[in-house]
Amino acid sequence: MHELSVTESILNIASRHAEQAEARVVTDIHIVVGKLSSIVDDSVQFYWDLISEGTICAGAKLHFQRVPARLACQDCGTEFQLEAELIPCPHCGSVHIKVLTGEEFWLDSIEITR
Amino acid sequence: MSAIRVPVIEKIFNANDQLAALNRKRLDEAGVFAINLMASPGAGKTTLILNTIRALAPEIRIGVIEGDTAPVTIDADKVLAAGMPAVQINTGGDCHLDATMIEQGLNSLPLPELDLIIIENVGNLICPAAFQLGSHANVLIASVPEGDDKPYKYPNIYRGVQVLVVTKTDLLPYVTFNMDYFRQGVEMLNPGLVTFPLSCKTGDGVMLWTDWVRQQVRQKRGQ
Repeated sequence: MHELSVTESILNIASRHAEQAEARVVTDIHIVVGKLSSIVDDSVQFYWDLISEGTICAGAKLHFQRVPARLACQDCGTEFQLEAELIPCPHCGSVHIKVLTGEEFWLDSIEITR
Repeated sequence: MSAIRVPVIEKIFNANDQLAALNRKRLDEAGVFAINLMASPGAGKTTLILNTIRALAPEIRIGVIEGDTAPVTIDADKVLAAGMPAVQINTGGDCHLDATMIEQGLNSLPLPELDLIIIENVGNLICPAAFQLGSHANVLIASVPEGDDKPYKYPNIYRGVQVLVVTKTDLLPYVTFNMDYFRQGVEMLNPGLVTFPLSCKTGDGVMLWTDWVRQQVRQKRGQ
């Protein structure tokens, strides 16, 4: 998995915004992760504790807001939520499916003290 | 001391995506078409590259960027033996190539003397899907012996590609591989995906793939 690269990227983005905001410490970091993004929260947290040491973000708590995978059938319009593996439309069986949500992967906000 | 919430809203892959865009610009300016070839280990990436070189050289001048997690040059050596420039990128254990590594690779290749660059990504169906490199086409290889359930198990990589190559079709009579089930999964993830079933062993279907590559290279040259 590529959680180390991802965690480095989170640290870079958070540190840049913290400096711009003239933060003394970053206490919390809020990350939005779609269910379809293959990211393991625990693994990011593990790397985070190692690589944030000695930075402005050291000790900050990571919060992951999970976004469910919602799909829409392009033939009959049925919307459904994906729980496990990809399935055809549960209503009409069509394979023409569009992803509505679940691919998100961004840093939403940070909490700082000055 | 006061707690303040600072909005950020920045994609976590933003830095890589920006560098990938620079790589793309550089390739465009040099008139070079670039393919990012992804697959699981053993699917036949290097074999497909060697067959592509055989079919298209010397008419098309090809450079290869080989990504491996270990400092080995087995793949790059094969490309060099086929008479084409190759650069080996050792990712140092990382599971994928990223845009920085491609920038380094481009620095080591004679860009003005090339028409086509094939990037052989690290053998992996998960991580390479997340990292744009700046290539013009993301191409996925699925080999028949891997099984027909791979689109269902690795949806992200199927969703982000422009071309699918199904290799080792000569093994279809010997392994359990339901092509209809496989294609249904692909269709759900990437409707109408351009697909080339082929066998590098028998040569079946290889020409359709190499014709496609030739056409892309000509279009890029003509731009």
